Amino acid sequence: MTVEKKAILQKYPRAPDVLLALLHELQRANPQNCLTPEDLALAAAHLGLPLARVRDAATFYTMFSLKPRGKHVIRVCDSPNCHLFGAWSVVEELQRLLGVGVGETTPDGLFTLELTSCLGACGVAPVMMVDDEVFGNLTPEKVRRILGELRGGG
Amino acid sequence: MRRLQVLLCSGSACQSAGALEVKKALVEALTELGLTDEVQIVETGCMGPCELGPILLVYPEGAYYVRVKPKDAREIAQEHFLKGRLVRRLLWTGPTPEPRTIPFFARQKKVVLANCGQIDPERIEEYIAVGGYEALAKALTRMTPEEVIAEVTRSGLRGRGGAGFPTGRKWQAVREAPGKPKYVICNGDEGDPGAFMDRAILEGDPHSVLEGMAIAAYAVGAEKGYIYVRAEYPLAVKRLEVALAQARKYGLLGPRIFDTDFSFDVELRIGAGAFVCGEETALIASIEGRRGEPRPRPPYPAQVGLFGQPTLINNVETFANIRHIILNGGAWFAQMGTATSKGTKVFALAGQVRNTGLVEVPMGITLRELIFDIGGGVPEGRRFKAVQIGGPSGGCLPETLLDVPIDYESLKEYGAIMGSGGVIVLDDSSCMVNVAKFFLEFTADESCGKCVPCRVGTRLMLGILERIVRGEGREEDLLELERLAQLVREASLCGLGQTAPNPVLSTLRYFREEYWAHIRDKACPAGVCPDLLHYDILAEACRACDLCRRACPTGAVQGTPRHPPYRIVQELCIRCGACLDACPFGAVVKRPGRKG
Repeated sequence: MTVEKKAILQKYPRAPDVLLALLHELQRANPQNCLTPEDLALAAAHLGLPLARVRDAATFYTMFSLKPRGKHVIRVCDSPNCHLFGAWSVVEELQRLLGVGVGETTPDGLFTLELTSCLGACGVAPVMMVDDEVFGNLTPEKVRRILGELRGGG
Repeated sequence: MRRLQVLLCSGSACQSAGALEVKKALVEALTELGLTDEVQIVETGCMGPCELGPILLVYPEGAYYVRVKPKDAREIAQEHFLKGRLVRRLLWTGPTPEPRTIPFFARQKKVVLANCGQIDPERIEEYIAVGGYEALAKALTRMTPEEVIAEVTRSGLRGRGGAGFPTGRKWQAVREAPGKPKYVICNGDEGDPGAFMDRAILEGDPHSVLEGMAIAAYAVGAEKGYIYVRAEYPLAVKRLEVALAQARKYGLLGPRIFDTDFSFDVELRIGAGAFVCGEETALIASIEGRRGEPRPRPPYPAQVGLFGQPTLINNVETFANIRHIILNGGAWFAQMGTATSKGTKVFALAGQVRNTGLVEVPMGITLRELIFDIGGGVPEGRRFKAVQIGGPSGGCLPETLLDVPIDYESLKEYGAIMGSGGVIVLDDSSCMVNVAKFFLEFTADESCGKCVPCRVGTRLMLGILERIVRGEGREEDLLELERLAQLVREASLCGLGQTAPNPVLSTLRYFREEYWAHIRDKACPAGVCPDLLHYDILAEACRACDLCRRACPTGAVQGTPRHPPYRIVQELCIRCGACLDACPFGAVVKRPGRKG
């Protein structure tokens, strides 16, 4: 167990109800943006839960990934309103620029492309979220610019 | 107090449109002009008209600057702040710059949203300055828990999360339920596509929700609360964290609030991406750290809720109403609205409508007033076709029903629901079969899979719809859809499944001929479903410029430059529309139905 993970575990009481929060934090701490088998085992041991129960939760929620992901997770809103306003052209442009399909990660490990349900920014559809930041009024051109900045700024 | 106050909308939508860059540019311009001591910039929550962002509201003039770009900052600072001249080209105007005269605001009645866009949500002092936590003080020091519940009951407030259960009755049930401890939960898992009022309230006025929760806790006898917010709303999470810390610092949460015997604290819980967690029993399971799956009711959470204890669970907007009811009285609240639906409701206007954003109106106004008077109607050159209200559990209502008053019962009668208040306006470019399919895709995806009617039933219905839009629909499909819908509705375990057929049923009810066009004529009248339309080149308009041929990815467009007309080989055409976009002469047309 790394020092970092130990520090994370110590923040949480031995109570099953903090499981989701703990999984979120373990996932964030992983450079590959995912939960490893070790993470799940650590969470189970720390909270005194069967491993199956931890896996059960980790696989139920779409925001947890057991598969390695990129440094940045790009999530395009695929809800009806964004769809009306051209979400799919945004997805196609991202697929073209990144060279990967939805659910895949670029070979350099920088980006994972995902779809998400409504981000609640319907007034500025179509919308996507990169990590914790929301981008609205997207056009293929704007997507190119945002991606360029992300690549430039690391 | 400084000479000018600049309120900068920094809700999620405006931030995504670049509000923070505008702020940076403004600060630079103010520094340059030496105005930093005279002009105060306040970041506020959502002001409402999202498509006009970034937005600045400058007081004392009440001038709205809209679609402000960082490069406009200097001009605003120089002209307006320094010389006192409004920058007209950026002004959003009604007859006068005063916000109340702008039609978008004139018809609104802001109760829940009164502070959103007016105060800095990250400073509890601003909330207190506008009367914040006064209602909590009143409840704790001058009212018994029974009196609080009686006031809420008198107000006629009903749950704003969708189902519309009377709030006072729910509180009473939790109060009467035997067992300690009791819990209060705020459901901030706003997941309906097209609804974003809870996000706006949490981002723009988080203390109003915490205050409502504290009053509720006092009324039902709880000492601990949870607020569950979806992980897709990081800004709301951040503002809540700030608000919780400040409320604790001021002793408005924690032990012995206002020196009474009442203690209450709130813990923030974050979801992890599961729509079904908006259902109350699923949400409780999720807070407990389990899969967010619903369970049969009864027992209701009021009797057996979080950790098996009596639990009150209300939605964000419901809690945000409470302080107004306690301060102004239930009778005041009950004056607004209709006989069975009291107060105001926040709606999220989106889709093909001029003014998108958040609006708050008294219950009982008509859909027409909401969409045309406030929303400004559909954009130039298009025709209103339908309004989708209530999200994936709601329905699509046609133009003939625009004069239906918006209240829980009327909407239900016509096959839609209030839901959380998402309103998506659709114009004549939308195919209703496709819209129904889209919403059903959503619920089929989000079905947790626990009960068979929902898991399998939605898939079966979706299969039929997919066939219809591919042009393989059969005569008996519509009856089969209705039969399945009935089954899913009656046999599903929770609200997700019980309401999942609504988009299909309402479109079948009001737009049946469109289904028939897909099935019998193999045509999509709106020209949306690619398998049920074709592209053609009008011989008389074609100039043989060759642009369409070059744009075509499959070689379906054929012809020789300067020798019109070009033609489309239908067998090769994938109906991507590239030729239509490329033609500068309007010679390429899209027609419903297959050619031949």
